[in-house]
Amino acid sequence: MAKFKMHLLVCGGTGCHASLSQTIGDNLKEILVEKGLDHEVQVIMTGCFGFCEKGPIVKVMPDNTFYTEVKPADAREIIEEHIIKGRKVNRLLYQDPENKEHVSDSKHMGFYKKQIRIALRNCGFIDPENIDEYIARDGYEALGKVLTEMDAQQTIDIIKKSGLRGRGGGGFPTGLKWEITSKSQADQKYVVCNADEGDPGAFMDRSILEGDPHSVIEAMAICGYSIGGTKGLVYIRAEYPLAITRLKIAIAQAREYGLLGTDILGSGFDFDIELRYGAGAFVCGEETALIHSMEGMRGEPTFKPPFPSVSGYLGKPTNVNNVETFASIPVIINKGADWFSSIGSEKSKGTKVFALAGKINNVGLIEVPMGITLREIIYEIGGGIKDGKKFKAVQTGGPSGGCLTEHHLDTPIDYDNLIAAGSMMGSGGMIVMDEDDCMVSVAKFYLDFTVEESCGKCTPCRIGNKRLYEILETITQGKGTMEDLQKLKNLSYVIKDASLCGLGQTSPNPVLSTLDNFWDEYVEHVTVKKCRSSQCKALMQYIIEAEQCVGCTACARNCPVNAISGERKLAHYINQDICIKCGACMEKCKFNAISIK
Amino acid sequence: MVNLKLSEDKINQIKEICKSFNNEKGELINVLHKTQTMYGYLPAEVQEVIARELNVSTAHVYGVVTFYSFFTMIPKGEFPISICMGTACYVRGAEKVLDEFKRELKIAVGETSKDGKFSLSCLRCVGACGLAPVVLVGEKVYGRVSPDGVKDIIAEYKQ
Repeated sequence: MAKFKMHLLVCGGTGCHASLSQTIGDNLKEILVEKGLDHEVQVIMTGCFGFCEKGPIVKVMPDNTFYTEVKPADAREIIEEHIIKGRKVNRLLYQDPENKEHVSDSKHMGFYKKQIRIALRNCGFIDPENIDEYIARDGYEALGKVLTEMDAQQTIDIIKKSGLRGRGGGGFPTGLKWEITSKSQADQKYVVCNADEGDPGAFMDRSILEGDPHSVIEAMAICGYSIGGTKGLVYIRAEYPLAITRLKIAIAQAREYGLLGTDILGSGFDFDIELRYGAGAFVCGEETALIHSMEGMRGEPTFKPPFPSVSGYLGKPTNVNNVETFASIPVIINKGADWFSSIGSEKSKGTKVFALAGKINNVGLIEVPMGITLREIIYEIGGGIKDGKKFKAVQTGGPSGGCLTEHHLDTPIDYDNLIAAGSMMGSGGMIVMDEDDCMVSVAKFYLDFTVEESCGKCTPCRIGNKRLYEILETITQGKGTMEDLQKLKNLSYVIKDASLCGLGQTSPNPVLSTLDNFWDEYVEHVTVKKCRSSQCKALMQYIIEAEQCVGCTACARNCPVNAISGERKLAHYINQDICIKCGACMEKCKFNAISIK
Repeated sequence: MVNLKLSEDKINQIKEICKSFNNEKGELINVLHKTQTMYGYLPAEVQEVIARELNVSTAHVYGVVTFYSFFTMIPKGEFPISICMGTACYVRGAEKVLDEFKRELKIAVGETSKDGKFSLSCLRCVGACGLAPVVLVGEKVYGRVSPDGVKDIIAEYKQ
């Protein structure tokens, strides 16, 4: 095997991939060959580094230099300057937004300082398509340890003691789930990995599968051993082609190495994994719906109990865990339950991956200890609000979650605190909103999603959510009344109480939490017919200030409906009856003469 | 429903796909995935063949096809355009981008342009939130798309 002195890690995650990181990698390789360095320096396409805002990212090892926003044309400079002459390419280094200094080691960047990477430990470090690299970072050591030194109950006990809770959203104790499944008697049991990441704005499962697929495979085998099952199934979204490819490669490699298949590591334990494809249905994140979908049916949930741990896939006991939960397992086995439970808050142990997105400076994937505050996440890791605007809300938990406000900024984040604040952990989407976001519209946006994704089984969810949406629509059109606000509340509680599965039980959360936290804004919409964020088109007017208007006619020429009239060099006027509020005039006006009222 | 007749070849291909999954009714979703990849969409006739092969009712197949957003009964355009309507893209203005596509292509979401070149759809989060708002044409990802950039994207595929 060739020994390389240096490594160039190029991010091959979806975001960077879309910004031509593959070409960057190819260029680097080509230039290394040209310089005769291809035996000394290796280019590795890794999984996601997390710092998507500054992608594509190239990291030089062993000196830990972290290049951001690299373009394919920069490859030559990186090699000629950094690799050959040992001089860092300053213009590609991350610039600290405060003191404007270049930071070359990611450890010193605000974005990474507070992070502890457990589930994401290998993302951005290893080549996900090479099992040897995973093994070099203690990969499959936990499986070996479990199979040769421990019995099933001992393994379950470690997981129980670690305090790990399901990372898919529910927060059910993982060890307990394993124990229940292990105690169910059956001739076959199944281990299912839920990789149907349907929560819009969350992409951690995808990043783990793309960046470190072996950690999930290893954990599924450990789970199989613990519960007494020999079959694993990964239920993955068909919309994730890259993750599917990498998972397939990883499964084939694990089989080749005897880490999947029969008599694994000579222990007599058999385990193998197959893939099942989702087809785009949010409700399939719910266990029973997911199982029905794997059986080739419509993904409709059924009543629990019986829980899947007792009767699941094909009627057999089935243990369903989420990708991120599985990715944490091997480390817990290797480092021990005490180590894991020393991180985090009292009732929520370990770390959680959040997909930080929206109006924030550092969009990306972060892994932080439970109990961290929103303020730390948004201002220290996230680098604050984009364009210096004012923070308004952060939405957690996706369509099932709620909006938190600045009052919650100092609440330590864990499963229980988020629920107490009217939101939830969910799969870890965290969308930051600023003063330009209208909270009524945001609630409407989530309801639009739920209406489309409701499977239709329970009437309150199928019809109730539609009615909620319609009431919100009326309010954003300026036709709402105070009575509508009360209706929203009442209907929300009915839907929550009378729906079978998690989707219906949580779907009114975005409405309820915005009603609670932004009551004034709702009242403004229905009483004075005003949208303070100027997002509700029906409630705003574009006005030309006569003093500022020089009569250049740019607005009139660009108006798609000819609503603007006025003589050349004289102030113009917008006919509100014709105006469709597209905003084209405001964008074209060079004299800031057009404003929204 | 459009009355279209499947050629013997097509029917045999679909039968082959079913066979590769042992005509197992539990594999219906995998069969549909494979058939749609080959055929582009899943018209009623195709569903009838699959139902026969897997020994389930056509209504069952239809129920599954219409349940999942990934399956379509309308042929997609040569260049399917999908606008990400995930929350991250939404708060960064995906709706305006979508409106611009509708205006430029003169079609609504779920429709295909008359010349069969473009079809328009929305999807939920492709996981590239750092590049929001995101547009996909086929499998190519366009990041940080502004309404002004829509024309250029369409022009790339017009020739």
